[in-house]
Amino acid sequence: MTLKRPILHYALYILASVLFQHTASAEEYTVDQKNKKFSIETLNAQVGDTVHFLNSDRFFHNIYSISEAKSFDLGSYPKGKSRSITVDKPGTIEVRCAIHPGMKMKIIVSD
Amino acid sequence: MPNIANDVQRLSLAGLLCCLLSIICPTTGITAPEVQLEDQKYTLTAGHSSLQNWLLPPQNKYPSRNSVKYAKLSLGEKLFFDPGLSSNGNLACSSCHNPQLGWSDSKKTAIGFRGMILQRATPTLINISYNPVQNWDGRNETLEDQALEPILNPEEMNMHIPTLLKTLSQNSNYKDAFKRAFPKRGITAGTVAEAIATFERTIISNNSRFDEWIVGDKEALTPRQIQGFAVFLDPEKGNCAGCHSPPNFTDSSFHNIGLASKTPDMGRFKHLPLRSMWGAFKTPTLRNINETAPYFHDGSAANLLEVIKHYQKGGIDKTNLSPEIKPLQLNDNEVIALKDFLTTLTGTVKRFTTNPQIRTSN
Ligand SMILES: [Cu+2]
Repeated sequence: MTLKRPILHYALYILASVLFQHTASAEEYTVDQKNKKFSIETLNAQVGDTVHFLNSDRFFHNIYSISEAKSFDLGSYPKGKSRSITVDKPGTIEVRCAIHPGMKMKIIVSD
Repeated sequence: MPNIANDVQRLSLAGLLCCLLSIICPTTGITAPEVQLEDQKYTLTAGHSSLQNWLLPPQNKYPSRNSVKYAKLSLGEKLFFDPGLSSNGNLACSSCHNPQLGWSDSKKTAIGFRGMILQRATPTLINISYNPVQNWDGRNETLEDQALEPILNPEEMNMHIPTLLKTLSQNSNYKDAFKRAFPKRGITAGTVAEAIATFERTIISNNSRFDEWIVGDKEALTPRQIQGFAVFLDPEKGNCAGCHSPPNFTDSSFHNIGLASKTPDMGRFKHLPLRSMWGAFKTPTLRNINETAPYFHDGSAANLLEVIKHYQKGGIDKTNLSPEIKPLQLNDNEVIALKDFLTTLTGTVKRFTTNPQIRTSN
């Protein structure tokens, strides 16, 4: 019985610190797509951050990654639309556009 | 076929009328057409500063005769034209990429080993050095990666690396040529690819009438061709420049353009399995386009009017059609002007050349 309380406290502390850390430090980034280029070449982010990919071109873009740190396909979407990812694992995410092979950027995710 | 002939007749009549009109009212030619494309406003007069992004970047200087670069180029040229690089000795790179046929083969789709009819059309090699990715489906990034593929493909030149290296090293001319070009590496699969790729990078077209007009020659394009360029650029008209972008008339982007193929070719999807890539193929350059008929990856359009008609319809088989492909509303006059403009993109390819005399069969 005497042991239970400290363990519970400890568990609560861990939970609170994890939650606190994530809500307090989670950043939102916006990467623009303009003239068939990404506005940022290398983005440094932390686990839990969200990256929005805005399309400011008259053409559709199709952002994807097949990196181990995160693989995703945001599909094609037109001008004015934005889709996002949340980075959940440390590592380097090579981001590409499936339609325009010249479009390249990367997100370096740290803990 | 009679349909096409009728169309051509009808369209050329419209074009003729338009020509006559511009002769009758020469004053209409005074204000230069302007086209807004993204942030760029193009003023369509010869030499105008807004047009300069259509000029290709300058090329490296021609190498001097004694340089290693020269040795690499002349070796690359010999390899490119040598049927000894195929297993039965009758197919060279140049069999499909024929300089006389716009560095392509004028066939609907390529003909490979023992007359086998292949699935896709031979892409031209003109200005290939400007492509960030190679092949219709972009499966190779560099020309070095690409160069060995057709040589080793059982459906194409059907060669094997050990046989290839043995054949080359048994030929004293090749042995010397490799020693000059690759003093430290000699004959390897890598140096074969590098020599061929080096040669391919010299296949450049940058001196067309269009280029002359861009740098200021007023006589280089007719008013109708300039009108065709306006149709080409205008997002509300041809909307061609979105993909066939400056300076090489391509951005190497991948699109499913809605061709009516009976046997669907997955295209880019095979190498990048994302939904939008199913049936998508790389946008080809339009430079020297009137030398490289038939058109599209399946060779299904016999001429430029058929290509324009395809885009007028906005594609036929709309399965996974690219959202950029929408029916166009070009009138006959605009179609003719556009086609006429496309014929001005042909330059003389001043490729590197020596006389290819070495043959492995010698
Ligand atoms: Cu894109």
